[in-house]
Amino acid sequence: MRFGFSTEQRALAATVREVLAAHCPPKLVRAGTRRGELWGHLADLGLFGMLAGDLGLTELDAVLVLEELGRSAAPGPLLETAFVAPGLLAAVPSLAERWLAPLAAGKVAVSLCLRPDQYAVDADIADLCLIAVGDVLHLGTPLAAQPGVDGARRLFTLAVGPSVGCGAVAAACDRGALGTAAQLLGIATHLLEMTVSYVGGRRQFGRPVGQFQAVQHRLADVLMAIEFARPLVYRAAVSLSRRAGSASLDVSAAAASTIEAAELAARAALQLHGAVGYTAELDLHLWLRRVWSLRAAWGSPEWHRGRVADLLLL
Amino acid sequence: MDLTFTDAEEAFRCEARAWLGVNVPATPLASLDTPGGFAQHRDWERCLYDAGYAVVSWPREYGGRGASLIEWLLFEEEYYAAGAPARVSQNGIFLLAPTLLEYGTPEQRARFLPRMACADDVWAQAWSEPEAGSDLAALRSHALRDDGGWRLYGQKTWSSRAAFADWAFGLFRTDPLAKPRHRGLTYFLVPLDAPGVTVRPIPQLDGEPGFAEIFFDGVHVPDGDVLGAPGDGWRVAMATTNSERGLTLRSPGRFLATADRLLDLYRRFPAPALRDSVARAWVDAQAYRLYTFATAGRVVGGGALGAAASLNKLFWSELDVRMHETALRLLGARGALTGAAPEAVDAGRWLDGYLFALAGPIYAGTNEIQRNVVAQRLLGLPRERR
Repeated sequence: MRFGFSTEQRALAATVREVLAAHCPPKLVRAGTRRGELWGHLADLGLFGMLAGDLGLTELDAVLVLEELGRSAAPGPLLETAFVAPGLLAAVPSLAERWLAPLAAGKVAVSLCLRPDQYAVDADIADLCLIAVGDVLHLGTPLAAQPGVDGARRLFTLAVGPSVGCGAVAAACDRGALGTAAQLLGIATHLLEMTVSYVGGRRQFGRPVGQFQAVQHRLADVLMAIEFARPLVYRAAVSLSRRAGSASLDVSAAAASTIEAAELAARAALQLHGAVGYTAELDLHLWLRRVWSLRAAWGSPEWHRGRVADLLLL
Repeated sequence: MDLTFTDAEEAFRCEARAWLGVNVPATPLASLDTPGGFAQHRDWERCLYDAGYAVVSWPREYGGRGASLIEWLLFEEEYYAAGAPARVSQNGIFLLAPTLLEYGTPEQRARFLPRMACADDVWAQAWSEPEAGSDLAALRSHALRDDGGWRLYGQKTWSSRAAFADWAFGLFRTDPLAKPRHRGLTYFLVPLDAPGVTVRPIPQLDGEPGFAEIFFDGVHVPDGDVLGAPGDGWRVAMATTNSERGLTLRSPGRFLATADRLLDLYRRFPAPALRDSVARAWVDAQAYRLYTFATAGRVVGGGALGAAASLNKLFWSELDVRMHETALRLLGARGALTGAAPEAVDAGRWLDGYLFALAGPIYAGTNEIQRNVVAQRLLGLPRERR
């Protein structure tokens, strides 16, 4: 039992963080710039190949990197393309041959609609759209834009095209849910840090508002929610990487807790920033919107807890 | 990251499971807050001790078996999964013992630990006073220098197990002029049958005398029963409070067992409106388990638990309340029945457990204080002006 990451795993995440800090400023997120130079920088880093599982890297190696992607609020279908699509493509030889190599090089974007209640992210700029009907995978084409709360995660419905193969959809959905949970961990942590910093500086009644217990206790609750969701996410990553029988159960436990931790963080962040947090001028809303957009993207907390209950035979 | 256990750890777990399976009393013991129940629980502690399971993580010389932190956590999981009795020795073996091992003299360790391990001495805490609860450093009980030792005066209260315990440990003011007031406190070990000690049991919510007031009227304590240096009591006591809030008092095993029993209760009394709460309870118990393994890794690696212990305490105490609330809701009107009621489910244990759980957010430092600690020491928010 060693519940911790290796130096290499941490170093990889730190490198990704640096690149994102340099090339994914809030300005870029605000513009909703999709792909573009950022994808080039991430491709140079080898990020697409790494998340796709090159060099034998697993979900466990990916999870800290995905946290960093969340923290940066990077726009575009990065999670779908780099982390979810490879497993789907690998299960369908014709697709694998055509798409896996350019995908690992960061040259293409993939948009996915794998759950019945899912919208495809950035389908209009994707090189490949896939839609699942049950466990059968079809090519898809963008049908209609469905403008959503997050301008950097643009949502579309897809028209169902020819079927291309079978299988791997459920496993891909688990990867999507894990990746979302990991991203939300990063987002929630960032929201908490921003808010701690803000209430430490903002003065009212002659003192920093962060000195008031009403403020302190709310932020303590956010930290608790994040820190007790975190090990569930790491556990789910281990289970997926080992193809453990409990993988779906562990993923849903992680997703339910992390999504709600991020919602709590978002709600506290907005409230404790006061009116300035409600403006579009402050960057805060970029992360709030991402939380709201991701909440049910790969299953809501209610759906995931329902699955936990199903799997526990309740 | 490796979430598997070694062969030795698994073997230890199996051995403990087998022993508990045979030896855990088939009928639950009476409440340890009654005289008869206290005696039964003391006997159970001796049974554990004779089999080498009373204090598995302690060094062998004091009655333990030198188990690792991970092995101890596994033992706890097995202990509660087997439905074994509450630990009447817990204040001693989980809270005082780590402090004795860190600050005690070799003579003190040899004198106190073996008797604690076999429950010849059951210990009570003596921290709170009528005017010093959350604000512990406001305590007024004091000690005056006496021949070869000290004389203790004052009143302690809310002292769990004190109605029947043999010894108490707590803080007394030995230097009334010291500034700040955290200085000038000294950590004393006192036999509760010493001349000048009066114990007045206090009935708790459940009607049983689970805690007591302790009055000290010139009680002589020799220098050999001071733990740590005179005047250094606050620092020594903080070691205990971190044990209390953190790992040792409330290991995940207890909550995992409660969550499993809650799943079972839902299957017997299904209520779709509560399915989400039951699943949440199970998830949260898993979270606490995994969080604890992560913490254990840091502690084994030489890290200190520190203020993170407050985060622990908030989580387990509130989880315990939530789980029992959910159970009582599943039971509907029967949730309000005590074990004395013919129609009580599971002998009223969910109600008993609920009342017990409600104390969690209060003892070991109220959760309001814990949230202050988390905000100020983990998040770095500014301390309030006092």
